Amino acid sequence: MHELAVTQSVLAVALEAAAKAGARRITAINLVIGEIGGFIDDSVQFYFDILSRGTPAEGAILRFDRRPATATCRDCGSSYPVTLPLPATCTVCGGAHLVIAGGREMRIDSIEVDDENTG
Amino acid sequence: MRIPVERQILSANDQVAAENREAFARAGVFVLNLMASPGAGKTSVILSTAAALPTGCRPGVIEGDLASRIDADAVAARGIPVVQINTGGTCHLDAPMVKGALAELPLRELDLLFIENVGNLVCTAEFDLGADLGVVVASTPEGHDKPYKYPGMFAKADAVLLNKADLMSVFQFDLAYFRRGLEMVNPNAPLFAVSCWTGLGIEAWVAWLMGRLKS
Repeated sequence: MHELAVTQSVLAVALEAAAKAGARRITAINLVIGEIGGFIDDSVQFYFDILSRGTPAEGAILRFDRRPATATCRDCGSSYPVTLPLPATCTVCGGAHLVIAGGREMRIDSIEVDDENTG
Repeated sequence: MRIPVERQILSANDQVAAENREAFARAGVFVLNLMASPGAGKTSVILSTAAALPTGCRPGVIEGDLASRIDADAVAARGIPVVQINTGGTCHLDAPMVKGALAELPLRELDLLFIENVGNLVCTAEFDLGADLGVVVASTPEGHDKPYKYPGMFAKADAVLLNKADLMSVFQFDLAYFRRGLEMVNPNAPLFAVSCWTGLGIEAWVAWLMGRLKS
């Protein structure tokens, strides 16, 4: 449900970056999103298509670079990517002492703009 | 052509959250952001905590709900300064909403401000409000698997309250399993099993909170 607010922020940041660069049209936005953030790519693109109408970002494609969380087992030392719901025990040794880190990224890496219209 | 941006998506919210944090520091008020599912007992935790505060510690409350003044009225009935934010459908509070509400509170006359976020275990974790502590309220009827399903929320918590702890056996709540899930994503957050109904655990929670407030 927070996809709407997140999408509004994505659009605002992208438009600002494009204006600063003197670009007239944004063709793509590259996002880095952690798996634990609990947000849905299709939903963000859906909101984006509506919110961006009439702006230089209209028609832009959102690309999601999904970053998994990493589980590290304190019993056997294994380390591997995990998604939701998180495992309660180590998938390698069955131990009950996992530590989960990462997977919380939520940033705009870059935008791609139309070369011909770049001032 | 590719233009690097390298910015947090919610950087605009984070900026206003930083302004809120400064305003709280200037007014000398310590601020809690309470996050939970609907019905976990956020309002009950606020009322139980407020009732157990040492003399001289003056509470205030910002209530966030999609609609209604039900929670604000319950708080006001106890003589606690309160302002209600109705988000009108938005599933979380954000820093600008809190900033807008501050003018309606006598901040300088408060020592402890509770911000009760909208009931939601997903969205509220992402929006910094400028609070000193994020407190997650879980409850036994919700089940012991919540840290595994909503790790983002539990990872952000500075403290976790497990409310309705008096009903643990009724709901066959596995406290060890819950604790393990919490420690997996957040080894540092203390867990307080409480019951706002019986008063169980409230004293320990308030003692910890007062320690944080003074430090």
